[in-house]
Amino acid sequence: MRPSVFGYIFVMFAVTYAIRVLPITLLRKPITNRFIKSFLYYVPYVTLALMTFPAILDATSSPVFGLVAFVAGILVAWFNGNLFITEICCCLIVLVLSFFG
Amino acid sequence: MDNKELRQTESKREPGAAWTPAKGVRDGFPVFLGYFAVAFSLGIAAGNAGFTPFQGFIMSLTSLSSSGQYAGLMLFSENAGYIELALMILVANARYILMSCALSQRFSPATPFIHRLLIAFGLTDEMFGLGITTPGYLRPAYMYAALCTMAPGWALGTAFGVIAGNILPDIFSQAMNVAIFAMFLAIIIPPGKKDRRILLSVIISFAVGFAAAYAPVLSGMSSGTRVLILTIIISSVTAIVFPVKEDSEQIDG
Repeated sequence: MRPSVFGYIFVMFAVTYAIRVLPITLLRKPITNRFIKSFLYYVPYVTLALMTFPAILDATSSPVFGLVAFVAGILVAWFNGNLFITEICCCLIVLVLSFFG
Repeated sequence: MDNKELRQTESKREPGAAWTPAKGVRDGFPVFLGYFAVAFSLGIAAGNAGFTPFQGFIMSLTSLSSSGQYAGLMLFSENAGYIELALMILVANARYILMSCALSQRFSPATPFIHRLLIAFGLTDEMFGLGITTPGYLRPAYMYAALCTMAPGWALGTAFGVIAGNILPDIFSQAMNVAIFAMFLAIIIPPGKKDRRILLSVIISFAVGFAAAYAPVLSGMSSGTRVLILTIIISSVTAIVFPVKEDSEQIDG
């Protein structure tokens, strides 16, 4: 059975809110456990990296375009760092490649 | 709000007196623009997953989290169940636990409990940034003004992203499919310049994620399940091998 969109929206809201509200209301102190602190420090970077690659290869009509956009995105983010410049560069590259590819 | 106790507590913390609702609107406005543009790429992904503009709007208004929402969309495309969704959202948004803990220290003892419930709802990276840089105690009115200014940018940007993905010619909407990945790269790559442990964890994630897509057992799983399992494994291993110092700053990114 296909889950419903609003069922999804509700679960996403409920879990996200629980994560945000429980520490601020019940825990009320900084996390001191070194492993948990370190784990939470790396989690965002690891999740986003895993969600980006290799999924970006399936986002374009040819995996090669996705790969070029991936490499370009890393270089622009490294040398420029601006979020919008990175997005625009990647989209333009794919657009140009799609025109000529 | 208007009781003597509160005024007395706050008067001891004069530095925060300038943090008025008007300042909240001023501080929130640049974020409104940034949110709109970022949520636009999220909207493209929402449209691809089959969401209507209204559904995208409601999702963004209630969740206010880019990586969590994208993870949810990814699982929706794969027909994943609610339990897997809940676990994925927990992991994708785990960093808010740190922010929520840190911000819990900044409430005046005189601030009513309801403000904790409401401020938690809008605890995005940007709201955390504004809250944690307020001198002295948190100013709930300032926080709400900032949130009410920036949050519509997030919800509207998502809705317009869905619409754009639906009406633009294929060649444009396909090019915009990579926007969300470009955004993720712009979030994870620059911090790697300052902290090589982050850079290493990102490179490991790229390599392991790619290998796992073709590995015997893992390739049989949905990509959502793979991301969930690998996030827990890779983050645990890096946390053990490169633990962060006790006094290290909260992340804000």
